[in-house]
Amino acid sequence: MSPAILISSIVSSGSTGGGSGFAQIMGLVIGGILINNFVLSRFLGICPFLGVSKQLDSAVGMGAAVVFVMAMAGTMCFALWELLLVPLGLQYLSTIVFILVIAALVQLVEMILLKYSPALYKALGIYLPLITTNCAVLGVAVINKDAGYDLLHSVVNAVAGALGFCLALILMAGLRERLEYSDVPAALRGKPITFILAGVMSIAFLGFAGLGV
Amino acid sequence: MTLWRTLTNGFYTENPIFRISLGMCPFLALSTSVQNAIGMGAAATFVLVWSNAAISALRNVIPDKIRIPCYIVFIATFVSLVDMVMAAYAPPLHKALGIYIPLIVVNCIILGRAEAFANKNTVAASLMDGIGMGIGFTLAMALMATIRELLGNGTWYGVNILGRDFANQPVLIAILPPGAFILMGFVLGGFAIIDRRKGRAA
Repeated sequence: MSPAILISSIVSSGSTGGGSGFAQIMGLVIGGILINNFVLSRFLGICPFLGVSKQLDSAVGMGAAVVFVMAMAGTMCFALWELLLVPLGLQYLSTIVFILVIAALVQLVEMILLKYSPALYKALGIYLPLITTNCAVLGVAVINKDAGYDLLHSVVNAVAGALGFCLALILMAGLRERLEYSDVPAALRGKPITFILAGVMSIAFLGFAGLGV
Repeated sequence: MTLWRTLTNGFYTENPIFRISLGMCPFLALSTSVQNAIGMGAAATFVLVWSNAAISALRNVIPDKIRIPCYIVFIATFVSLVDMVMAAYAPPLHKALGIYIPLIVVNCIILGRAEAFANKNTVAASLMDGIGMGIGFTLAMALMATIRELLGNGTWYGVNILGRDFANQPVLIAILPPGAFILMGFVLGGFAIIDRRKGRAA
C-alpha cells in the first residue's frame, strides 16, 4: 500500500462510516476514544496534555472538567449553529460565536460550581479557566459543524472526544509519575522525554486503527 | 529595547515553539509537509501581527476586567478573515489546513503575546513583536516539516530529494502522528545540548 493511502486511511476521520443507528454511535464512541484520539492522533489539546499531566490527581480533575465542558459546548454550539447561524445566513461568524459560547460556558460552569459544589470547585479551580483555550473544545464544535452531525451525534462525538482526552491525560500522568524515578539522559530531561513518551503512546493508539469501525 | 531587538527576539531567544512551548497543536499536526507548514505559519503570522496591533492601539480603552474576552473577539475576527480569504484564493491549502484554521483562535501564542506584550507596549513595538513571533513560529514549523517530510516522504516542498528508492520505502512513521511527538522530543533535546555547549563556552 502506498504511504499516501495508508496515511489517509489512518488519519481521516473515517469513524462515521458503515452501519446506521446504534452501530454508527458505537463507531463514533470507539473512534473518538481510541482510533482518532483527540490528543494522540488529532493533536487537539496538547497544551493541557503536557501542562497538567505531572500529577495524577490534577490530571483526573482536569479530565473531568473537560468532559463536562465539552459535552455542554457540543450541545450549545450545535443549537446555535442550527437555530441561529444557519437560518440567518451567518455561517461565516461561526468561529467567533463558538469561541464566545465556550468562554461564556466556562465562566458559567465556574459560577455554578462555586455556588452549588464548592468542594468540586476547589478541586478543579485553577483548571477551569484554562479550558477556554483548550483547542479540543473548539475543535469538537468545528468538527461537528463540518461533518453535519445531528444533535445526538454531536453530543456523542463531543463526549467520546473528551473521554479520549481524559484517557490520554490520565495515562500520561501515570507514566510521568514513574518517570520521576528513572534515569533519563541529561539532554532529554523535562520536555523532550515527555514528547517522546507521548510518541510511544501514540504508536500504541495507532494500533487501534486496525479496529476499522 | 530597540525595535530591531523586539523583532529578532522571536526568532531564537524567545522562539514560541522551542523556547516557550506555545501553539503546539497546529505545530505538531501540520508539520507533515513544508507547504502546509508555511501556509499555517503565514496564516498565524497574519493573525498575530494584526491582533497585536489592534490590541495595542486599544490598550487604554479596553477595561482591564474583561480584557481576555475582548482579545478573543479581536483574534476570532482576524481568524475569520484569514479563513474566508484562504477559502477564496487558495482552496487546496484551505482544505489541507482544515479545522486548524479556526483553531488559530485558541492558539496560545496569539493570546499569550496579547497578554504579555501588546497590552503594555506601543503599536510599533507590538507590530514588530507580532512579525518576529510569527516568523519564529514559521521557521520552527518549516524546520520540523523539513525533517518530517524528508524522512517520511523523501521530498522537500513536494520535490523529490532522496531519490525514488527512498520514496518507495520511506520512514513512514515520521509523517504519522507518533513521528511528530518523537521527532519533537529529539529536536528539543538537540536544542538542550546546544544550550549547554553555549553555557560552557560563555
